[in-house]
Amino acid sequence: MREFKILGVVLFFTALIYWGVEPFAHSQMHPHVDPADFAFKDLGATDKKGDAAKGAENFMAAGCIGCHGVSSQGLVAPMDNAAASVAFGVVPPDLSTAGTLYDKNFLIALIKEPTKALKVEHKFSEAKPHPMVQFFGLGGDINQEVADIVAYLQSIAPKDIDNKKVFEDACQRCHDMKYDKVFSTSQKDALKAYMGTTPPDLSMMIRAKSKDYLSTFINNPQKQLAGTSMPRVGLTEVSQNKVIAYMEKVGDRKKAERDDLGYKLIAYMALFTLLAYLWKVKIWKKVH
Amino acid sequence: MAEYKKADGMIDWLDQRLAVKKLMKVMMTEYWIPKNINFLWAMGVVLVVLFKILIISGIFLLMYYKPDINSAFDSVNYTIMQEVEYGWLWRHVHGVAASAIFLIIYIHMFTGIYYGSYKKGREIIWLTGMALFGIFSAEAFSGYMLPWGQMSYWAAQVITNLFGGIPVIGEALVIWIRGDFLVADATLTRFFMLHVLLLPLAIILLIAVHFYALRFPHVNNQDAEEFDFDKEAKKYLDGKTKESKVVPFWPVFLSKDFFVVGVFLTVFFYLVCYHYDFAMDPINFEPANNMKTPAHIYPEWYFLWSYEVLRGFFFDIGGVAAMDIGLAAFGFANVIFMILPFLDRNPYHVAPAHQRPLFKYWFWILVLDMIVLTVYGKLPPTGNNAWVGFYAALTFIVLFIALPIITKMEAKCQGGDK
Repeated sequence: MREFKILGVVLFFTALIYWGVEPFAHSQMHPHVDPADFAFKDLGATDKKGDAAKGAENFMAAGCIGCHGVSSQGLVAPMDNAAASVAFGVVPPDLSTAGTLYDKNFLIALIKEPTKALKVEHKFSEAKPHPMVQFFGLGGDINQEVADIVAYLQSIAPKDIDNKKVFEDACQRCHDMKYDKVFSTSQKDALKAYMGTTPPDLSMMIRAKSKDYLSTFINNPQKQLAGTSMPRVGLTEVSQNKVIAYMEKVGDRKKAERDDLGYKLIAYMALFTLLAYLWKVKIWKKVH
Repeated sequence: MAEYKKADGMIDWLDQRLAVKKLMKVMMTEYWIPKNINFLWAMGVVLVVLFKILIISGIFLLMYYKPDINSAFDSVNYTIMQEVEYGWLWRHVHGVAASAIFLIIYIHMFTGIYYGSYKKGREIIWLTGMALFGIFSAEAFSGYMLPWGQMSYWAAQVITNLFGGIPVIGEALVIWIRGDFLVADATLTRFFMLHVLLLPLAIILLIAVHFYALRFPHVNNQDAEEFDFDKEAKKYLDGKTKESKVVPFWPVFLSKDFFVVGVFLTVFFYLVCYHYDFAMDPINFEPANNMKTPAHIYPEWYFLWSYEVLRGFFFDIGGVAAMDIGLAAFGFANVIFMILPFLDRNPYHVAPAHQRPLFKYWFWILVLDMIVLTVYGKLPPTGNNAWVGFYAALTFIVLFIALPIITKMEAKCQGGDK
């Protein structure tokens, strides 16, 4: 039948254009990257078994609390946010939840060589050192000492952390989430000078970037945006998914409503179409 | 003065004052449409429905939108999308309808080209139609600026900059259009005015003329058959409805259109709720930042073909700068469709493309070329892409230069050259 032939032609060209400007064009503009690597394979894995009690001693001896607070243990950060911003560019994180938020091997690598784990070697040098001082060991087996420190952090961290708290502890030092009235703890001027640019507000980022993009980007920013000053933060898969869930809750709050209403609108129009078709057949019977 | 009697009902009361019965006849029940048509003839009504959807959703958005560079982004993405009940629905409907209306405009336009519905008395329909296309383009461009996202800003920057290529007055013109030296608050506010007032008014006026222009030459049919509408209408009114070649606009023609509109809106609401990225580009959910140029700047899909004609000429030819050639080609692309009725030198012979020995090839080459331009208009213009764009842009121009020649040849061999 002629009408179906014409419909076929129209649909074919419409689909061709859609394919060309959406999936095809995007595959050309945003080359595919490997999926997120939550094992942080490039940093290697330790075979040492950490001892939390020893780790607590090491933690104090290594001077971590010279910069970091551990509020759950009653250890207050030595500087307030304003002073820390000026001193470091960005407020050093409180470590109460670090043991759960971040991957174990990542933390070990981070303590030993921050710029490598964070993938910010392009930004820092001996002339311009990273604010987090590398741990040189306490005189014993450095690998054992670090493993103990990480075991200690894991022992004090709560096992289940809610989505927003993950964002606060892992992202809020730099990023705002202004649609949830969450603002970065670091001072904007100091932060901008430190990062080279003001880190973006993340309120609508869930709509600006796909979940797939966010998953690989947060896991390793360099992979999607080579040269970016955002460090690799080392979140575990669970923590990263919590961050993304929080971003979706803030930036796409009406998603559930949209998903639910869609069916009803489509069903309504399908019913309208059916009735319109029956009416059309009835009317055209008289003229054909 | 007419004689007024006691009315025997509401309709009669109105009829004595407004001649509503006569009006209904002229506009609806005795407005005759050819029977030999297919669903492509429903696109006009689909466009009317989409335009109404845009106006209604636009009115709701207008209640919360703030045309100020400091609050525009948040008024759209926070107030409308999150705070206002079903605000997201109106925005999604508005955004998807704006994109979908161009798809239907293109189908409507190419239907007209295919069936030769732009000539032999139908020139004004074509001209007003292309004027509508132009104003809808301005409407889409100004609307895209309003959320003040990254692509709103950068598209405005690039497109307003194009006017700078116009000799002598270019530089002053760009500043006049922007209302500032850069795309800034003044630019946003004036494009807001254009989007919600001046352009919609012009569109409504042009639609009226477009419809009116249809009344005298009548709607074309799928075999471009010419017949006496009055005679066929009489047959219909005499009860010979099966024999007559025409049907009334209401209820017969519209009953089919309602069905087509129904199918279309079913797909439309699927797109609104589940598949909207093609119409609401994710990059525009990042707030405008004049310090951060996006990696890829491209217009919405419906402008890509003309954008690629602009970009296609990427090297200097004979001492003329690539940019100037591109701009000239871009200008050509934007007016050439307008004068199509006058480029077709076979003006007295109306026939669908498949009955025209040369035009049919011209038509399908044009369709394919514009699809190539559209796709390559989005791809990064590097390496082979640039060359594909160049040849596709060149093909587009050659096609329109060739059109008078091939239609003249057609006219000669058909002996229709009067």
